[in-house]
Formats: sequence, C-alpha cells, structure tokens
Amino acid sequence: MTALLELHEVRARYGPVEALHGITLEVPDGEIVAVLGANGAGKTTTLRAVSGTVRRSGEIRLAGKPLRGGPEAAARAGIAHVPEGRGTFTELSVVENLKLGAYTRRDRNLRADVERVAEWFPWIHDRSDQQAGTLSGGEQQMLALARALMARPRLLMLDEPSLGLAPMVVREIFRIVRELNAQEGLTVLVVEQDARIALDTASSAYVLEVGRVALAGASAELRADEAVRRSYLGY
Amino acid sequence: MADFLQQVVSGLASGGIYGSLALALVLIHRATGIINFAQGEMATFSTYIAWTLTTNHGWSYWPAFLFTLAVSFGGGVGVYQVVIRPNERGSVLRVVIVTIGLLILVNGLVQLIWSGEVRAVESPFPSGTFTVGEVAIAYQDVGTIAVSLGVVVLLWLFFQFTKIGLAMRAAAVNPAEARLVGVRVTWMLALGWGLAAVLGAVAGMLAAPSVFLDPTMMQAILIYAFAAAVLGGIDSPVGAVVGGLFLGVLLNVLSWLSQYGLFDWFTEELRLPTALAIILGVLLVRPAGIFGRQAVRKV
Repeated sequence: MTALLELHEVRARYGPVEALHGITLEVPDGEIVAVLGANGAGKTTTLRAVSGTVRRSGEIRLAGKPLRGGPEAAARAGIAHVPEGRGTFTELSVVENLKLGAYTRRDRNLRADVERVAEWFPWIHDRSDQQAGTLSGGEQQMLALARALMARPRLLMLDEPSLGLAPMVVREIFRIVRELNAQEGLTVLVVEQDARIALDTASSAYVLEVGRVALAGASAELRADEAVRRSYLGY
Repeated sequence: MADFLQQVVSGLASGGIYGSLALALVLIHRATGIINFAQGEMATFSTYIAWTLTTNHGWSYWPAFLFTLAVSFGGGVGVYQVVIRPNERGSVLRVVIVTIGLLILVNGLVQLIWSGEVRAVESPFPSGTFTVGEVAIAYQDVGTIAVSLGVVVLLWLFFQFTKIGLAMRAAAVNPAEARLVGVRVTWMLALGWGLAAVLGAVAGMLAAPSVFLDPTMMQAILIYAFAAAVLGGIDSPVGAVVGGLFLGVLLNVLSWLSQYGLFDWFTEELRLPTALAIILGVLLVRPAGIFGRQAVRKV
C-alpha cells in the first residue's frame, strides 16, 4: 500500500497563532480518508496546509514529491481542493465553473470532460448557462465537486461537504464520492463534522484534537472505539 | 430635428471616449478594488507616444496606433508590478494616494519629455461629413464611435470566449477560489492593468484630434469617465460603456436645448460641473449605479 499523500510533522499558523502543532498522516492511493474532529481542531487547516493556502512548515509529499508553493502549485500537482462553504464562482455560469476546473490541464477536451462529469450530475446539462450563485446549496456543493473532477485530480480534498445541507443531499453527495472512488479509483481526503457518514464512507480516519492527531485507524476500529462513539457519534 | 440628431451622433462619439476610459477604471476596480486616478495621465502619455511616432518618426497613423497600444499594455503591466503590487495589501487610502502620486509623476514625465506646449494631432478619419437624410454626420464622429466600440466588443469577446479571459474574470470575482483551481491571480491582475492602459490609450488617441494634445488633455475626460463609471455602476463593464455614451449624448443635448431657451443656463463651462453633479447625485441616490448590484456585506 503506497501513500499518495504524506504529511510529516506539519505545522501551520494564522499570524501568530499556531493552528496545527505537528500533524502526521497518510492518504493511501485509491482510498478515502476522513479527518474528524470538533470545531477548531484543525481539520480545515490541515487541508489548507496541503493546498498551500496557509503558512505551513514540515513535510508534505504527493506521490513522493515534496509539495511547495501556493495553491496554484498544488493545483498543478494534481490536487483539487473543494473548500468549505461550496467553493464555486457564484457570479459565473455553471459551465464556466466547470471550465475553470480544467484550467491547469493541457490535455483537456472541454466538451468530453463536461460530458463525463455530467454523467455524475445529469442536471448540469440543463443548467449549464445558469449563474452558479442561483443554484440551491446542494447543487452548488455538487457543482464544486464536479468542478474539482474536471481537473482529473490525483487527490480530491473535500472540506465539510455536508455543511448546511439537507440529510438527503448529504447522503447523495457521499454516495457519489464513494462511487467515484470505487469506479475510477479516485483518492479522497475528506474533512467532515458528521462523523457517522464520514466513517461509513472512508476506509480509515484521523481524529484531530486542538491541532494534533488524537487517534487514527481503520474506520471500523474507530466506530467501535468507546471515546469516538461518545464524542463524535453521539450514542 | 436634423441638428438634434447631429448632436446625438457627436455625443455618442465623445461618449465612446468617456466609455472607453470608464471601462478601464471599472476593469481595475473590479479586479483589485482600486480606483486608478492616474488612468487619464497614463492615457495622455500613450497619446504622446503615438504623436511622436507619427510626427517625428514618419509613421503612418494605424501602425503607430497599434504600436502605442502594445507599449501601453506593457506600461500598464509595469505600473502594476512596480508601483501597485507592493502597496496592494495596504489600506485603501494608501493605494489611493499611490495612484494620485502616479498621476503627478506621469504628468511631470510628460511635461519633461514633450514640454507643455499644445499640439495639434491629425485625425485618421477624413474631415468632411456625409448626409443621411437631413442629418450631416462627421466622419470623425463615426470613426471615433466605431473604434471605441470596436475595442470594447473585442475586449468583451476576449473575456467571454478565451481561457485567459475566463481566468481573469474568476480572479476578479473570487481570487482565493481562482488560486485553488490553479489560476495565477497576480498575473491576471497585471494583465488587467495592461488592458486598462490599452483602453486608456484608445480613449486618448481618439480624443486628441478634437481636444488637442497637451499634458492636461485627459484630466477633464477622466472626470467624465468617472461620472460614466459611477452612473453605470462602478463594477459593471456594460454600465461603464452605456454610462459613457449616455453622458456624451446628455451633455450635447443639454447644449442643444439651451439654444432653444430650455435649460438656457447651460453653457459650455457647465459641462464638467454637470459631470461632477452626476457623480454626487448617483452616489447619494443610488450608489450601485444603474447596472451595478447593491453591495451586500455579510457581518
């Protein structure tokens, strides 16, 4: 089992405040890994450290190669980061959002790529000229996911895809993520508040507490863990 | 009626010039939230380059025109990289002061290089008129409208249908997000400053034959451009162009009416104050302008 993404002793800070105090984690190629934790535990910051949108130190490697530079470099290296709160260009149309998703690709064939992505989200066909900001919350989250897929990423990073969405929409989004993983071998690192659905989706997970990894393991193990159950699953 | 339509046509011609410069202001404001007070002076500088090429170096008009656009583009990119970018993270006031400083600097440079003398500039268009029905229309006016609107349309096509155009729009509306998909946002901003300088150069070169070339040539036009941009909505490219055309026509129609006793207080001296009154009025009554959206700030 080779790791696609490796973080070793990664620290990150916002101004004078250190938010990550040395995180070490691995995302194996072709798997879904979840990052769980309470608000402020450093889940979002972990993703930001990987995509270079926060000041960081320590070692981050993608397929063995160290990741350096800002988010533009991360995107070029094959990381698609869907940030918290949808992450669409609300003033641009659906199809323009998709085109931007493929921005870094040289081998792109926009029509074929949009077709491919629309297989997962068929409504895109009818709404391609609609302004993204007028879509519903669930549709915007799906558009953000679709846009990320346009990049044909080696690693997809999802930040709180369930945020503010109806349970049915959340289940639909996670179903698509699982199928993408099963059918296309897409590697996913997902940050999620909803530990139950995250553990059902991921093969393994890390639990963060105040900027440190408190617990890690296979999803089944974590589900059985007394502390995780009480703190994050609520039963 | 014929002289009314004549006034409308020549109003559209000056409106095209105001609209081009207004669009330059809007492009930069949309992308960086900065009002570039030096936009007019940069345009004057560009116009002097074209004048030097045609007058002193024997270039014919259109090659000089295109060459000037290329130089202006480079100049705009350079100004962004050297002057604006280091100050971008500062307060709004700081950047405002920087662009005002730039205004004074460019104006000084123009006087230093070309002296303050007023120069006549040849027009690329024939000087006569042709008649449509009763209306005598100047070639100069039609040419000015065609070139200014032509440039606007080209720019629109660029933004709508090219990959870089789309990336520039993305960088303007949501820079953080744009970086995540791999857009190099600072390059896009530099490109935006380059394109704005090109628009300014177009406005300057089109205005020069009728207002004569001197170091203060664009200062009044900048005020009109501000009025046009504010009227249309400072973040609306369409609004800037429509606002420019509207303003050009409005000012001409007002002076036409004053001949017939209506608005007889309106004299040539009141053109500029009228533009200023429009700026104030719009900002008081509808700050988002006609085409702009009310800014909603989440708290």
